[in-house]
Amino acid sequence: MNYTLARNATAAAVVVCGTLALLAAIVAVAGYAPGPALEALWRGSFGSWYSFTSATLVRATPLIIVGIATTLAFRAGVFNIGGEGQLLVGASLAAFVVLGVPAGAWSVPLGLGAGAIGGAVWAAIPAVMRHRFGVLEVITTLMLNAVAIQLVGWLVHGPLQEPTHVYPQSATIASPAQLPIIASGTRMHAGVALALLLAAGAWWFATQTAAGFRWRAVGANPHAAAVTGRIDVARTVFIVFVASGALAGLAGAVEVQGVALALYESLSPGYGYTAIAVALLARLDPRAVVPSALLFAALEAGAGAMQRDAGVPSVLVKIVEAALILVVLAFDARQRRRLAVAVVA
Amino acid sequence: MMEALTLFLEATARTAVPLAFAALGECVAERGGVINLGVEGAIIGGAFGSLIGASWFGLAGGVIAAAVCGGIIGALFAVFVVRLRANQIIAGTAMTLLALGLTGTLYRASYGTTGAALDIPTLPVISIPVLSDIPIVGRAAFAQPITTYLLVVLVALTAWWLHRTHAGLALRACGEAPIAARAAGVRVQRLRAGALVYAGVTAGLGGGVLVLAQTGTFAEGMSAGRGFVAIAIVVLGRWSPVGTVLAACLFGAASALQVFFQASGANAPYQLFLALPYLLTLLALAGFAGRTRSPAALGLALDD
Repeated sequence: MNYTLARNATAAAVVVCGTLALLAAIVAVAGYAPGPALEALWRGSFGSWYSFTSATLVRATPLIIVGIATTLAFRAGVFNIGGEGQLLVGASLAAFVVLGVPAGAWSVPLGLGAGAIGGAVWAAIPAVMRHRFGVLEVITTLMLNAVAIQLVGWLVHGPLQEPTHVYPQSATIASPAQLPIIASGTRMHAGVALALLLAAGAWWFATQTAAGFRWRAVGANPHAAAVTGRIDVARTVFIVFVASGALAGLAGAVEVQGVALALYESLSPGYGYTAIAVALLARLDPRAVVPSALLFAALEAGAGAMQRDAGVPSVLVKIVEAALILVVLAFDARQRRRLAVAVVA
Repeated sequence: MMEALTLFLEATARTAVPLAFAALGECVAERGGVINLGVEGAIIGGAFGSLIGASWFGLAGGVIAAAVCGGIIGALFAVFVVRLRANQIIAGTAMTLLALGLTGTLYRASYGTTGAALDIPTLPVISIPVLSDIPIVGRAAFAQPITTYLLVVLVALTAWWLHRTHAGLALRACGEAPIAARAAGVRVQRLRAGALVYAGVTAGLGGGVLVLAQTGTFAEGMSAGRGFVAIAIVVLGRWSPVGTVLAACLFGAASALQVFFQASGANAPYQLFLALPYLLTLLALAGFAGRTRSPAALGLALDD
């Protein structure tokens, strides 16, 4: 255990140092001064209590929740890349319910529940299509992401538009429906704590429960899982799909009730897609999703400061994110080859 | 009315051509068993490359640079998914992220943080005599920049290659039963890598069309999700090159209709038009529009 812990800590340190070195190198190659750029990145992400809570943690929250959804799904062999769409539908349903029902003590859980249901329903469509027609979920979830974007567009220009009909967004949700701020003077809302709890819960579920074991067994080898006679593979796949959708939808509700406080089109800057990278870097381990999400959130939070204060284009951070993913993929391939050699020898 | 129809068809073609370029290569890649989410990256790479190529070597240089840049991105993707057998979805996402980041950074670094527009002349429209005078459809089909005619030639060649040559048959075998194909002596990895480079080249050309034939400039993230649309188009076109072009036209028409509705101020939910092609694609996959089946080994790496 201590050995694993030490190894994981080393791996995390290598990843962080490697990321920073790479970032500095790219900044220098692009013709900017790396020093001020890194300094601004630090200021914007971890440099102060305010930036850490209000920029990094708030951004990490949806990444953690959707990252868990992606981790659990991929572990079970469900390639749900519809996190973005499920998040948006969850956000829409949460906004719809919270705005439609008189506000009260029940508003927060009601909105969060509605978000989870919205995401679950949106994920049930590709789940049914995989089950009934054998259609690849990669394709269907991608299509449904596009449909969800249009759905939000329609809602904020139509039925959910704010009363004056000027801005393409919904009315602001009432304060009883907003997630409480848990650190005064910051924008850190209760959703941050919820995300951490969910990560712990997901780890416990995946590693300590029989159902979690079944999920992993189905992902590791569906044929082997089926011949044990104790695992209904089709049913498990369906449940995993819907559960991961519910989590993504919950992340959407958290965004609406904790950050955006209204529904609008640019609610998610691609959280659903970044979460795939988060899950990959976390090696599909729910515990590691938290530091992985923090790294991506810090990069994106810091990117804004880097552009503002050091004049370095924020889009540069995307190169670093991509390089991180590619390095992990290459590392995986090397390990697989070693494993194959070991088996043969 | 006729004037409106002509404009509508021209707008349809304008949206459809870049999409058809990207989808054509994606179709070939998927027939070989690889789903390429990096197509978005190849489009933006091609768009940026064409701007640089055109400002240095003229318009022909722009077209070639678009193809080369797209091809490089396709080749890099092939290294990961074919050589290293990486997960295709994750590697594809990374390629898109990489290309968006690289083009955005290079553009800002070369042309200032304001991103001041660098304008280049666009490709001239070549009207085919007589044919372009046909009412309604004439201008949309026969008064186009050279890239549209290039698309027609590429589609014909690709369809012929895929369905009428041994290599095309071998590639389709890679997408259906790669292990059996390898046992039959097909070089699965090499063919798949080739298909991915081709997919990169056509997607790059699609990006080049955006710059060289339409806007005359580059903007950060101007691919605007077209790569994902291309993947939908391949499905709706039932994984055939000709079907792909027809599906691209459908997406183009939906987008043109949306613009017309918005411009006319009619109170119709124009988002429905934008969502419609995706819904149609989903319905097609669910078997409501005849049999639509993806290549059996789509998304799977070849195991040793």
